[in-house]
Amino acid sequence: MTLPLFFFYVFGTITVASALMVIASRNPVHSVLFLILCFVNSAGLFMLAGAEFLALILVVVYVGAVAVLFLFVVMMLDVDFGSMRQGILQYAPIGLVVGIILLLELLLVAGSFVISPEIAASPAVPMGIGIDNTRALGQILYTRYIYVFQGAGAVLLVAMIGAIVLTLRHKPNVKRQDPATQVARRASETMEVVKVKSGQGL
Amino acid sequence: MGLEIGLGHYLTVAAILFTLGVFGIFLNRKNVIIILMSVELILLAVNLNLVAFSAHLGDLQGQVFALLILTVAAAEAAIGLAILVIFYRNRGSIAVDDINMMKG
Repeated sequence: MTLPLFFFYVFGTITVASALMVIASRNPVHSVLFLILCFVNSAGLFMLAGAEFLALILVVVYVGAVAVLFLFVVMMLDVDFGSMRQGILQYAPIGLVVGIILLLELLLVAGSFVISPEIAASPAVPMGIGIDNTRALGQILYTRYIYVFQGAGAVLLVAMIGAIVLTLRHKPNVKRQDPATQVARRASETMEVVKVKSGQGL
Repeated sequence: MGLEIGLGHYLTVAAILFTLGVFGIFLNRKNVIIILMSVELILLAVNLNLVAFSAHLGDLQGQVFALLILTVAAAEAAIGLAILVIFYRNRGSIAVDDINMMKG
């Protein structure tokens, strides 16, 4: 067994095992932590496949942002997760049946498909020879796929605005700054000049 | 790709990952957070397939697709969790059985 194959088996085994723990563990916090383990190990798999940029993006985006988001939400919501485990085995048989059928079908497809020689001979975007993965991706992302790339950015922007609008709430008794009213104030509305006679005061 | 790691290796891992994601939705059908995590697992399996084929065929297009799926998955997680948080604020629960306000 060569070194890449050995690492493939290590990463693959840990990925699958931690994915199993994600769906099977009792505590959702543990689930999130196993999800992080799963992502890190699949980043290793990406790296072995030669997709270095995607591997590191997976670590940055998933482990750094999405998983932490999950962790925050799990900790913020004060929910009795134990009660949700009740009746968990009620749907396990049908899930098991569906899962096994799905797995068999996928493995049958994976074991028996053939790539036609024309497609293998003429890739849509040939991988650059002697050029690293990040540079090659950047060269096509900013030229050939520029509209798709901008579209992805727009999706993220809409998602960000949507998440902010959804979760923003105004509490009634909190004082807030309102710049429009501040700017619109006139001296005549707020100030009064009072003549004070000497020796008398107000 | 290493010479002896075949396409089949990657497809097998991705198939198992995908199945685990689907099974997770069945197993934890009361807990929305775990369901969202299962969806992430499914998307990860799809990404693994795309990257494996991209490396096998020497075609960079698959990696561009995987990048787009990554962004969509991140957006989906953010919106899903935001909806979950406001649902919890309104109802005090996140059980799937309680999510029936839009029932006619």
